[in-house]
Amino acid sequence: MTEPFVSREFVGKRRGGAEKASRLPPGQYLTEDFPVLSAGPTPRLDLKRWSFSIEGLVKEKVSWAWDDFLKLPAQNYTVDISCVTKWTHLDMQWRGVSVDTLLEHAELDRKAAFVTAFTHDGYTTNLPIADILNGRAFVAYQYDGSPLAPEHGGPARLVVPHLYFWKSAKWVAGLRFMEKDQRGFWESAGYHNHADPWKEERYS
Amino acid sequence: MRQPLDWQIATVKSIKPETEKIKTFTLTLPNWTRPRAGQHYDVRLSAEDGYVAQRSYSIASPPEQAGEVALTIERIEDGEVSTYMHDVLIPGDRIELRGPIGGYFVWEAGLLPEPLVLIAGGSGVVPLMSMIRHRAAAGSMVPTRLLYSSRNREDVIYYDELQSLRGDGLEIFHTLTRSQPAGWTGYARRIDDTMVKEVIAPFGKTMQVFICGPTLMVESTAESLLKLGVAPAQIRTERFGASGTAKGG
Ligand SMILES: Cc1cc2nc3c(=O)[nH]c(=O)nc-3n(C[C@H](O)[C@H](O)[C@H](O)COP(=O)(O)OP(=O)(O)OC[C@H]3O[C@@H](n4cnc5c(N)ncnc54)[C@H](O)[C@@H]3O)c2cc1C
Repeated sequence: MTEPFVSREFVGKRRGGAEKASRLPPGQYLTEDFPVLSAGPTPRLDLKRWSFSIEGLVKEKVSWAWDDFLKLPAQNYTVDISCVTKWTHLDMQWRGVSVDTLLEHAELDRKAAFVTAFTHDGYTTNLPIADILNGRAFVAYQYDGSPLAPEHGGPARLVVPHLYFWKSAKWVAGLRFMEKDQRGFWESAGYHNHADPWKEERYS
Repeated sequence: MRQPLDWQIATVKSIKPETEKIKTFTLTLPNWTRPRAGQHYDVRLSAEDGYVAQRSYSIASPPEQAGEVALTIERIEDGEVSTYMHDVLIPGDRIELRGPIGGYFVWEAGLLPEPLVLIAGGSGVVPLMSMIRHRAAAGSMVPTRLLYSSRNREDVIYYDELQSLRGDGLEIFHTLTRSQPAGWTGYARRIDDTMVKEVIAPFGKTMQVFICGPTLMVESTAESLLKLGVAPAQIRTERFGASGTAKGG
């Protein structure tokens, strides 16, 4: 191996101290902001027409209207979020419904191995089901104690904190369970299929 | 895809001040891959003890500029990477890069025949400049309109080059939101519905729009376009993440 490359005179800001730095995946930097990333305009969704569905390889499709969704048991979550554009925001506070809770209302086919999260504006992202079960994902409708703003995916977005944030589909409309994996929007545009920030799975 | 995404060590060929806070860095790459206009590179800085910082920077140069890439970078007060680029880098220095990256916010002459509408706020003009340079280099005559919002005349990046590229179907509309020089004939306010309407008027409803800039500007401009009946699928947006003019991107 050759000597590792050193940028002349670079020291770096090293913000936040050792504890925070240890929670920062490789190549990420800390921010206190909540930056916005989306490929197109922000859709304004009418709550009266909003729905969330679980479909595909389930015995029977289930759908919730907004009012019914709010009646589902919800939890508060404090999680670290990393975006592929390199920011990491520690201790983000959300409120929403665990995917496990949603799946209590549906019977998954044994063949279901992958899931596509689809949205009200036609975006998709794909995940192996293990990445959304056992408390690893939730559908959030509050951020920092307030209703989730449209530019951040409101009224509701999927949140999968342990993967890069594009997997946390904004304006989520449902989960479709499938036997085979099917690449979503960014996954088809050169981004990594799995997206674990600790393995720096940014691009494919 | 794999090869261009390995880190490589580029060399700083030249550094050109564009405005008080903005410089263009031209870097030569040992392993150059032809980019698509609108893509970006990742820059990685490493300290002696292994500490690293990475940021993304849009490609300003056209894909036709073989073997090198130009990045136009705004100096963000107290920023980690942009201050290093501005305050430390000199020609001959080496710097780690990987790319080109990004497959959606891209425009290729000949592939998208629709008239092109480019809307920029501040340093958000960078990836759009790559598209404009590419359009010129490829000899494309696609009707194109750039609406470019800056604070003051001194903050406009690429002003002279944009002037010289006018014609051949390219029209440029500047708006200055803070102060305007005497005799200024361009717009003098933030981008709003009326401005967007005037700029897209000749194109009817069929066009390809690229918007890049601070989040609020991108949000409100996209909103104006939707109100004017432009389909969401025709609008592509990019924000630059946490940084001064591109705050909260
Ligand atoms: C796809 C893409 C393309 C881009 N293209 C360009 C481009 O062409 N040109 C360009 O100039 N930029 C571009 N950017 C933005 C660029 O990546 C950087 O975000 C920008 O240069 C700022 O980085 P920095 O390291 O200088 O500042 P940072 O260190 O990231 O800081 C940014 C600001 O936040 C403050 N800050 C950050 N963290 C903390 C903290 N923990 N505590 C207190 N304050 C904090 C800093 O003081 C500073 O004001 C692009 C971004 C993306 C995602």
